[in-house]
Amino acid sequence: MSNKNNPDRKVMVDIQNAEKDFGIVMALKGINLKVYEGEVVLIIGPSGSGKSTLLRSVNRLEALTGGQIFVDGDPLTGPDADIRKIREETGMVFQDFNLFPHKSVLENITLAPIKVKKKSVKEAKEQARKLLERVGLADREKSYPAQLSGGQKQRVAIARALAMEPKVMLFDEPTSALDPEMVKEVLDVMLDLAKEGMTMMVVSHEMGFAKAAADRVVFMDEGEIIEIAPPETLFNSPEEERTKKFLKHIL
Amino acid sequence: MASLDKKEESRPKFEITDGALLPTQGNNYLINAWKLTIIIAFGSLALLLFIVKEPYDKIFTVVIKGAPLTFSVTAGAILGSIFLGLFTGLGQIARTRIINLIAGVYVELIRGIPLLVQLIFIYFALGKFFKLDGLPAAIIALSICYGAYMGEIFRAGIQSIPKGQMEAALALGMTRSQAMRYIILPQTMKIILPAIGNEFIAMLKDSSLVSVIALRDILRRGREHVSRTFLSLETYAIVALVYLIITLVLSKLVAIMEDRMKQDVK
Repeated sequence: MSNKNNPDRKVMVDIQNAEKDFGIVMALKGINLKVYEGEVVLIIGPSGSGKSTLLRSVNRLEALTGGQIFVDGDPLTGPDADIRKIREETGMVFQDFNLFPHKSVLENITLAPIKVKKKSVKEAKEQARKLLERVGLADREKSYPAQLSGGQKQRVAIARALAMEPKVMLFDEPTSALDPEMVKEVLDVMLDLAKEGMTMMVVSHEMGFAKAAADRVVFMDEGEIIEIAPPETLFNSPEEERTKKFLKHIL
Repeated sequence: MASLDKKEESRPKFEITDGALLPTQGNNYLINAWKLTIIIAFGSLALLLFIVKEPYDKIFTVVIKGAPLTFSVTAGAILGSIFLGLFTGLGQIARTRIINLIAGVYVELIRGIPLLVQLIFIYFALGKFFKLDGLPAAIIALSICYGAYMGEIFRAGIQSIPKGQMEAALALGMTRSQAMRYIILPQTMKIILPAIGNEFIAMLKDSSLVSVIALRDILRRGREHVSRTFLSLETYAIVALVYLIITLVLSKLVAIMEDRMKQDVK
């Protein structure tokens, strides 16, 4: 948080002229966006605007058809790209959780550290328990995903992503599949993360979270970035006509 | 409505199910098709062996000697076809076009030729080039035949796992093969177990086809006995009953295994 206004701050995610052509539609039409270390960037926009595609491009779950993305200086595509290294460094939280249903909560969290980072089982378990405590689920380590509520599942999913000790966290509509009363428990965990200085890219329409945690809000429409501004500016006095129109619908 | 429900409940618990191959635990309390069939099968066998005796007791002792071979062929072919099926299924969903094609052609080829024809062909082809004994040749032939069907089961099972599971695994930095091994295949196994179970039962019955390639299984022993004694009806009755009982017991075992797995998931 301290270096937010420092002009020399490090660029964590550098999206350069990103294009994604699905054949029928052009989902991304040349996106340029820099996300700085410790920054929380919220991406909003109507459905089909390309915001999820953009987020999923950052760890190459969607492969770009043009342009380049650098994560902490490492290229995402091309001959020098080490996609597994980048995926280790970028945690992702999905709309529908995608917990592994055949594994317990603890195993969900420890699997990747053990198999990918080659941590010892003991070390991975200790770390997982700390993370579970942090997301308020210390007593559920033996449960299976089917026994958890939506909010609990999403908090486990966040702990699972954090177990890889990522440099960037990507959140793809993390509260959209949740019942209203469970939204807060997930947002609280995300808010804590933001306060601790995690670099975060969040696709979400949670205005409360935006105002409390976001440094910048990106408004996307039809595969393009229309406007980028701090939350209070973008929500209260947007410059672009399309932004105003969209905000009228959701506020 | 409440009174109607009560009426339903007070009915005697006598119900004939549709006789699915795999009885489920829920059916245990009722007299289902499985129980009825196994009672008939054991009853008839006991009647023939202990009441009528001649010539059935002699036939039974001859025919049952073929059972170990039938079991060896089935067990070997089950292992072989699961192995082949797993790779065929993975091959069909692989991202390399050429591997897709190889797996696809294998499946199309095998499904287009009758099992008996394949068995005889593979047996003689193997015999010509590799000098194999009857038993391994039969196991390999059945594995190749059933591997194709098993491959389709694996493919459908893998594809039924939500896409997000693979994405979550990849996003955590796993390779595709790690994701397959730790995330996708364990979930697939639970889903396809009933289908594989049915395949086992079908394979046990189809193992009788090996009798045409001079392997002395249950059916072959029966046929030899008929050629010696001309007791065709009596002999084949015993052969049929032996197969029926083995199949019914096996299907029950598969059902029990399936129930165990279901409880694990909960």
